[in-house]
Amino acid sequence: MSIFSYLLPKKQTSASVAKERLQIIVARERSTRGGPDYLPQLQQELLMVVRKYVPVGEDAVNVQVDRDSGCEILELNITLPEEEAQQQY
Amino acid sequence: MTKIVVVTSGKGGVGKTTTSAALATGLALRGFKTTVIDFDVGLRNLDLIMGCERRVVYDLVNVISGDANIKQALIKDKKVDNLFILPASQTRDKDALTTEGVEGVLNALRDDMKMDYIICDSPAGIEKGALMAAYFADEAVVVTNPEVSSVRDSDRIIGILASKTRHAEQGDGDIPARLLLTRYSPERVENGQMLSVEDVQEILAIELLGVIPESQAVLNASNAGSPVILDIDSDAGQAYSDAVARFLGDQLPHRFVNVNKKGLFGRLFGG
Repeated sequence: MSIFSYLLPKKQTSASVAKERLQIIVARERSTRGGPDYLPQLQQELLMVVRKYVPVGEDAVNVQVDRDSGCEILELNITLPEEEAQQQY
Repeated sequence: MTKIVVVTSGKGGVGKTTTSAALATGLALRGFKTTVIDFDVGLRNLDLIMGCERRVVYDLVNVISGDANIKQALIKDKKVDNLFILPASQTRDKDALTTEGVEGVLNALRDDMKMDYIICDSPAGIEKGALMAAYFADEAVVVTNPEVSSVRDSDRIIGILASKTRHAEQGDGDIPARLLLTRYSPERVENGQMLSVEDVQEILAIELLGVIPESQAVLNASNAGSPVILDIDSDAGQAYSDAVARFLGDQLPHRFVNVNKKGLFGRLFGG
């Protein structure tokens, strides 16, 4: 038994769980940082519109503002589900 | 030239006031004329940590509103030369701090009082007081605990520092922001129960100014109203002294980051 537990991967420590969670949330918050205040609401409303036609998850709509040489670009990314899921709908 | 430094964190209770008191005292001990300003309007506490709570007559808002001049409001520290404290007011009026008012106070400290350093002790949060403390800063010290909510809030504050300071608005780019990791416990890091210095640095991606170990000396110091940096035999006091030296450009190895007496950094980098 002891030899098996030796071979098994080590149990994740709480600190490494914390680090992983932080890396994800910080990356997500940074992507919307500095953007206009209406972005989160725009994202929510777009999601509602898309859902009227296609069943998509919370993360399906991604809204981002990029600045490129004095020009602001609003980038919308909508990920649609697989074909089968759509047909069921 | 006068340098304005904001000590900030986003989250409350991580050690901003302790750090502001230690940093200001450390700079004054090295001969720099230094004022530390409490920006936490309504929740004044720097006076207690500095041990001058019974000598407060006028405060920051009194100077802004013209009820007192800067000379009348500054409290000269009794233990350390070159050190002055400007307390926060206990008013609950949130609009008491104005951009013009704060600028006037900082100009007076620079031009009339000839300060070398002005340390702005920011309140927690991202409201007016915190924004005012950061707005005129030339440099920032971000105080963080190795704990998820503190790290996340620090990241928020670093983002705000990058856009909401006068330097940023004038297009001078970001002000330098450095990380001070406080309440660090090497034993718990080794057992995998606490984020390590490297973890926090990797996430926040800013330069490390220092690591302050979890220490009874910090509570002792605040109990006594004497900045912990004056407790030169304590680990926290020494860690703050090192941080002040690094703040002024010295290259020192980080102590108190490993369980062994000889620091991990020392062994890795041939200390």
